[in-house]
Amino acid sequence: MIRLEKRPQPSRLFSLATPLLAVLATMFFGGLLFAALGKEPLTSIQTIFWEPLFGEFSFFYRPQLLIKGAPLILIAIGLSLGFKAGIWNIGAEGQYIMGALFGAGVGLAFYPLEGFYIFPLMVLAGAFGGWIWAMIPALLKVKFGTNEILVSLMLVYVAEQFLASMSLGLLKNPEGFGFPGSRNLQQYESAFNGDLIAGSGMHWGVVCAMIAVIFAYVLLTRHRLGFAIRVTGEAPRAARFSGVNPTRLVVFCLGISGLLAGLAGMFEVSGPAGQVTIDFNVGYGFTAIIVAFLGRLHPIGILLAGLLMALTYIGGDIAQSQLGLPAAAIQVFQGMLLFFLLALDMFTNYRLRFGRTEVA
Amino acid sequence: MKLTTLLTGAAMALGLATTAMAQDKTKVGFVYVGPIGDGGWTHEHDKGRLAVEAEFGDKVETVYVESVAEGPDSERVMTQMALDGADLIFTTSFGYMDPTINVAKKFPNVKFEHATGYKQAENVATYSARFYEGRAIQGHIAGSMTKSNIIGYIGSYPIPEVIRGINSAFIHARKVNPDVQFKIVWAYTWFDPAKEADAAKVLIEQGADVVLQHTDSTAPQAAAQEAGNVITFGQASDMAQYAPLPRVSSIIDDWAPYYIARTKAVMDGTWTSGNTWDGIGAGMVGIGEISDAVPANIKAEALALKASLADGSYHAFTGPLKKQDGSDFLAEGEVADDGTLAGMNFYVEGIEGDIPQ
Amino acid sequence: MDLSAINPILFVAGFLVAATPLIFAAIGELVVEKSGTLNLGVEGMMITGAICGFATAVETGSPLLGFAAAAVGGALLSLLFAFLTQITLANQVASGLALTLFGLGLSALLGQSYVGIKPPRLNDINFGPLSDIPVIGPILFTHDIILYLGIALVAATWAVLKFTRAGLILRAVGESHDAAHALGYKVVRIRTLAIMFGGACAGIGGAYISLIRVPQWTEGMTAGVGWIALALVVFASWKPWRLLLGAYLFGGITQLQLNLQGAGVAIPVEYLAMSPYVITIIVLVILSRDKSAAPACLGRTFHASS
Repeated sequence: MIRLEKRPQPSRLFSLATPLLAVLATMFFGGLLFAALGKEPLTSIQTIFWEPLFGEFSFFYRPQLLIKGAPLILIAIGLSLGFKAGIWNIGAEGQYIMGALFGAGVGLAFYPLEGFYIFPLMVLAGAFGGWIWAMIPALLKVKFGTNEILVSLMLVYVAEQFLASMSLGLLKNPEGFGFPGSRNLQQYESAFNGDLIAGSGMHWGVVCAMIAVIFAYVLLTRHRLGFAIRVTGEAPRAARFSGVNPTRLVVFCLGISGLLAGLAGMFEVSGPAGQVTIDFNVGYGFTAIIVAFLGRLHPIGILLAGLLMALTYIGGDIAQSQLGLPAAAIQVFQGMLLFFLLALDMFTNYRLRFGRTEVA
Repeated sequence: MKLTTLLTGAAMALGLATTAMAQDKTKVGFVYVGPIGDGGWTHEHDKGRLAVEAEFGDKVETVYVESVAEGPDSERVMTQMALDGADLIFTTSFGYMDPTINVAKKFPNVKFEHATGYKQAENVATYSARFYEGRAIQGHIAGSMTKSNIIGYIGSYPIPEVIRGINSAFIHARKVNPDVQFKIVWAYTWFDPAKEADAAKVLIEQGADVVLQHTDSTAPQAAAQEAGNVITFGQASDMAQYAPLPRVSSIIDDWAPYYIARTKAVMDGTWTSGNTWDGIGAGMVGIGEISDAVPANIKAEALALKASLADGSYHAFTGPLKKQDGSDFLAEGEVADDGTLAGMNFYVEGIEGDIPQ
Repeated sequence: MDLSAINPILFVAGFLVAATPLIFAAIGELVVEKSGTLNLGVEGMMITGAICGFATAVETGSPLLGFAAAAVGGALLSLLFAFLTQITLANQVASGLALTLFGLGLSALLGQSYVGIKPPRLNDINFGPLSDIPVIGPILFTHDIILYLGIALVAATWAVLKFTRAGLILRAVGESHDAAHALGYKVVRIRTLAIMFGGACAGIGGAYISLIRVPQWTEGMTAGVGWIALALVVFASWKPWRLLLGAYLFGGITQLQLNLQGAGVAIPVEYLAMSPYVITIIVLVILSRDKSAAPACLGRTFHASS
């Protein structure tokens, strides 16, 4: 009889070893999959994991890791605070869209005026857009006790329709020959969130993601609020006795995650993406949820998980073009990686016991 | 923001990397917006890619990446292809326009071809197909064959490309049948088979006995088949599995001749930038076989119309034409210029309803 | 504008069909959630069911075998979720999202050689003279067997949850897994069965799209129906009959929107399209007074020794 026994403390060894094991298991089974598709398994794995980091053109791919990873990390950090406290915002995708719309909207309102103050205003607007969108589930939860998982998820669809409406209507580029999509902010100096050092991939969103990681780390380890978050997640009743105000915590956690998601959207639309278009959102808000869990809701973990996710996207695209792997195979491969990480994570908090069940 | 301008030189380093990669094989890259299994837009582009491989065999190597999101992902994929030594890159979605221009700046020696856009550069050419010529033929057949005088039209998004098709079909349907009416439904999606099926069903329920579609799935065909007594036209691909009824003909995106020609030009060193907007004549727009469900005389007229469009003796937008609001569009004998067509955002006279804003 | 162009009979018959995939996916998810598990992988299970059903129907020539295969395919995929969340105690939200990602990729791989093929048709049931009854006939008696099966499934789910011991146990597990465990019920086994039921239902719902509603196979063809099903369960506040009503409402709004467009009514399509979600949120708020609506253990991990 094999049974699980909860560890008194999460295992440090396993919390470091399981991600490695998961990656190895994925490489093995992914290799089998690629072999089944008639591709050289070792080359495929090497292309996905090695090429972007140490290959011939890594000077280009490494910055791309930051560009792809930053929004994931930024959103996941915000989400992780709530998740730790048992507050489930799964509508980051919607907050991301609203942040982008607010940010781009403010920027485009100033067009073609140039001014140092435009970009900071856009940042504020983007943060506000994400924040206000997250305040809807927060206030409904606080006032009426509605489930924030469901409300925030519903609001994603509302935001997507809003995005379609905006890119076909109000924000449509008047010089775009009637095509949907806004002006390109990359061509609007004051609103453009470009690389701070050319070719480095370091735009303000990356900087902001780094700051968020540090901020979250300090908050969780050093600050009273971090303590309140952890206690609420682990023992909600005890938290109330120790003076944690659950209402304020809900508003704070949803607010901060919405704000960061909004910022991510705003930095994306004003930088790498450049435009508000119907298909502007590519699922960062949902992927970030996975990233948050892969990173075990720990800021440093999230940083690494975000970069790992970005690596599989970038490496996956390289494998597609160099080896002719179908995009679907890459998706399955990513799915496997997540499954292994999630499954093996068990060993961090539990240990296997062999033998008869003892009576507790 | 500002530091970027100081250090643009670093971008040049990217450009240098490729020149070292001279090869004897010509490498051609394709960036696709959907999966090659979409049975429509991307599927047809991929057929063009395969045609390039078939034509040049060992002298060419093609690579592709499918389901690439517009925006930074597409920019990365294009750069990656250029770094890997591609000589020519086809970017096959309107949303790739600005990314293509961005990447092309960094790789002056790589040629880029952007589909359906309007921005060119020294090494960026644009190409698109005059699908509206095919729509004219559809309009003719539809107008001749409808008994209810109601023709349903499934639009994707209200953009010039789609509006142009509606106008062209309407003009030619009215020519043969002054009583014809168009019912237009916007699906607000490029791809959602279930919604397309619903749209077709709704149009049929509302009395349409011809359904034209500007979305790529076969869902409307199946809906029409089930309803019976409705004719449809294949879109993007031939959709021959629904012939002879409901599918009586089709517009086929045939990118192969263009892709082969442009690849050849790169091999010969004769590639130049430009804007190609080809129609039936050049073979970019294919008209699928007109099935026997169409009476012989109508079929003959349709083929004659096709021939006149192909040899240029007739233009699908020839005056006299008025806009929907009654203002003049084209005078007697005048034909629409490409600029007007490219940005078309109005209905012609006779179409009811407004273009959603 | 010509509202008389809308034929109310055909309109109703139309949204009965449009709602069927939703009904299947949502009733399955309802049972899963009643057992206290939140599976966000509905979309992934639907699309997997869509290709399993399509491929089987094409290979065997039998649409009904296709639906059976779709149920099996969906259930097998859901086992992955069950393993992750019940055995290895992984987080349900993350596991569900991973399942969707995996299902979308897997279905695309499986379906590579099925693009552009026409599947065998499932005929409507012949009700004889019944379908000639004015109004009611064309609305109720002109459909295929799966559609009726969907409605029957809703009724069965309602009856089982309300009147049987099995239903009671399922609800008990969802309300308090610790208490249910203390009473000697196998929480993990019950939840695993519920998850598999949800997977099978989602699979059938997906196959309904690929075999009947569209019918064709293309990658990603479920286009978000799985997510709407999740909304629908909430909208219905975990009550089967309300779920049926909600499915018709959700399906009906798309139909109505297209119908109005066809009739020449200028409507802001995007705002109409977002209305089901806004309504769902409003319903949530209204329902919030009724604290018993949502299963108390929804989304929580259960471990016997804790």
